[in-house]
Amino acid sequence: MTPDNMNVLEVVRGVVEEHGGKAEELIPILNDVNRTIGYLPKEALEEIGRLVKTPKSKVSSVATFYTMMTTKPRGRHVIQFCESAPCHVAGGREVWLAIQDQLGLEDGETSEDGKWTLITASCLGLCGVGPIMLVDEDMYGNVTPSQVPEILARYS
Amino acid sequence: MTFFRSHILVSIDPLSQAKGAYEIIDALNDELVAQGLIDEVQVLETSRIGDPEIYGPDIMVYPEGVHYAKLAPEDIHFLVKEHFLKGRVVDKFVVKQIPKSDDELGPPKPKEVRVVLRNCGVIDPYNIEDYIAVDGYMALARSISDMTPEEVIQTVLDSGLRGRGGAGFPTGRKWQFARASQGSPKYVICNADEGDPGAFMNRRVLESDPHAVLEGMAIAAYAIGSNQGYIYCRAEYPEAVRTLKIAIEQAREFGLLGDNILGSDFSFDLEVRMGAGAFVCGEETALIASIEGSRGEPRTRPPFPAVKGLWGQPSNVNNVETYATVPQILLKGAEWFSSMGTENCKGTKTFALAGDVKNTGLIEVPMGITLREIIFEVGGGIKHDKGFKAIQTGGPMGGCLPSSNLDLPVDYESLGQAGSIMGSGGMIVMDEDTCMVDIARFFMEFTQEESCGKCVPCRVGTRRLLEILTRICEGEGKDGDIETLEMLCEQIKQDSLCGLGQGAPNPVESTLKHFRDEYEAHIYEKRCPAKVCRAMIRYEILEDMCTGCTVCARNCPVDAIHGERRQPHIIDPDTCVRCGICLQVCNFSAVTIK
Repeated sequence: MTPDNMNVLEVVRGVVEEHGGKAEELIPILNDVNRTIGYLPKEALEEIGRLVKTPKSKVSSVATFYTMMTTKPRGRHVIQFCESAPCHVAGGREVWLAIQDQLGLEDGETSEDGKWTLITASCLGLCGVGPIMLVDEDMYGNVTPSQVPEILARYS
Repeated sequence: MTFFRSHILVSIDPLSQAKGAYEIIDALNDELVAQGLIDEVQVLETSRIGDPEIYGPDIMVYPEGVHYAKLAPEDIHFLVKEHFLKGRVVDKFVVKQIPKSDDELGPPKPKEVRVVLRNCGVIDPYNIEDYIAVDGYMALARSISDMTPEEVIQTVLDSGLRGRGGAGFPTGRKWQFARASQGSPKYVICNADEGDPGAFMNRRVLESDPHAVLEGMAIAAYAIGSNQGYIYCRAEYPEAVRTLKIAIEQAREFGLLGDNILGSDFSFDLEVRMGAGAFVCGEETALIASIEGSRGEPRTRPPFPAVKGLWGQPSNVNNVETYATVPQILLKGAEWFSSMGTENCKGTKTFALAGDVKNTGLIEVPMGITLREIIFEVGGGIKHDKGFKAIQTGGPMGGCLPSSNLDLPVDYESLGQAGSIMGSGGMIVMDEDTCMVDIARFFMEFTQEESCGKCVPCRVGTRRLLEILTRICEGEGKDGDIETLEMLCEQIKQDSLCGLGQGAPNPVESTLKHFRDEYEAHIYEKRCPAKVCRAMIRYEILEDMCTGCTVCARNCPVDAIHGERRQPHIIDPDTCVRCGICLQVCNFSAVTIK
């Protein structure tokens, strides 16, 4: 769902209520809203601040601190690539460059057609099968550069 | 608690589920009812037994320890009748050799001693009775009923247990401080923000033996006089969070958490808090800030959390492994624990072995074991029989140790003196094809990104280090770079606020110390000895090896390879982006790096 066909404020109010409207629940609230809407639009941050009685500046500073929250809309498919050392040593560097080459995107960028967002993930703890890449919820292990086009072609 | 003569464990990992694990469970229960055995044999779920790809759906029957694989619901009638009614093992379903239990944690390897990992893969983490059956919560019961809080602390002190999060502070001393602190309420916090790349020991413990952590926390709470605990778990571990929540719920039902535990006047409850992706939250003061709902930024210590922690109250912070060790110490005694390890480092430690080593995965070894024993005996040596180059211990704040350090005993002090750290227990083994400058750059990229930005030495310093290292890797290193790196390392170490900044220069300092020649080759000869840094290498096709099969040309993403079919091909160095795909797809070893 995109913010266009979803009432951002309604989502926010539902989530805040679920967490009892407490200021110390700010991080779980932001996480849930981020998960439901896909990102944290400005109006969501303002509404959260109002409801949990926390200054806008603090809500915004928390929302921009944690990597799992984003204040920018993302593409239809989000590719997360594990940038951690075990994956790196296992050939992850070549795979990461292959993904970037193939999509013409750098870390954190979203393609112009809104299809792809490319980001790095911190260690997912699945180091036994590195290099690891996640496309949305799908996990790919032991990825090689030559598999990249084939994996990406599965998504429309 | 009802006793059963046999238990059937059924793997219910996702792949086994897809292969019909739940149909097997239903069929087993139906058959046990039909054959009148339901009061004697219990069916339990477990995470995984063998590789589900090969064996699924599979079951393990105890006490015999028979592993039946590749079952179908229609086999169950016969299986139950033969095995449980007639007492005959059904050979055709038995997995002959003892299978590797999983990728992360096989059967104990030589030199391993499992204390923290003892229940992983053995008990059902979703069933508290399984934990109780292996003496679970006995240590808590004993502490509450037979011991004073001071005696509990004394036992932990005597055992010599030191913090397994990496810094190695004596756990008993920490508890003493928290107990002595004035103020109420007090909090017990479990640091489950295992952010070090390549370290997943805590994840495995949380997923496979969550009650050991809960029990350890409850004992700590009794010792320091706390009634409320928090487990701060990173959001990258959704499965661990789920398992913990189930475990907490079950412990409450059994009266092992909540008010008046086991009928005593001791009350303690727990809550799970999830992180949101910030490495620095593994630092205890940052973790506390994050639980409070703020940016996870560290603050200066003292005051230590034991004096002023969560919500300004006295708090005790230990990591997952420390808490999971505590019940064992109280159960088996301080002497048992301190009989393992070295003079100053007692007990065992879990490590995650990763990188270019044959047996990757989790291990648990006594303190004081040498790096050589870990890599070549427990780890089985270097992959593809290549040469060993370095081992990086302790995560991104650790150092890279060369082969001359292989006989170093693994304990907090020895690793520290060698320029690395124990850290939480990540170990990355690197073979001869690794470029140490690139590795240093890589770790700096990580710390630079994860620096929270609060203090200048860390925020700006790591960025400067990264810029210089990147320049060197791109073939633009210049005279004086090494000296600047050394100066920066020194200053960042001295002046940073928390462990992240103080440890950040370790990968650079240690590689400068042990692999200085590689830096010099990059800077002065514009040469990458390991042939890794793209700016200093060139891909070429060996004319006499190339068969002209065109595979490389077809796979080249930038069309840099030309040549007629069945004629040797040529790579145009100006177009080539050095992605390495040609090298990987060539079946005739005709592509080389110059």
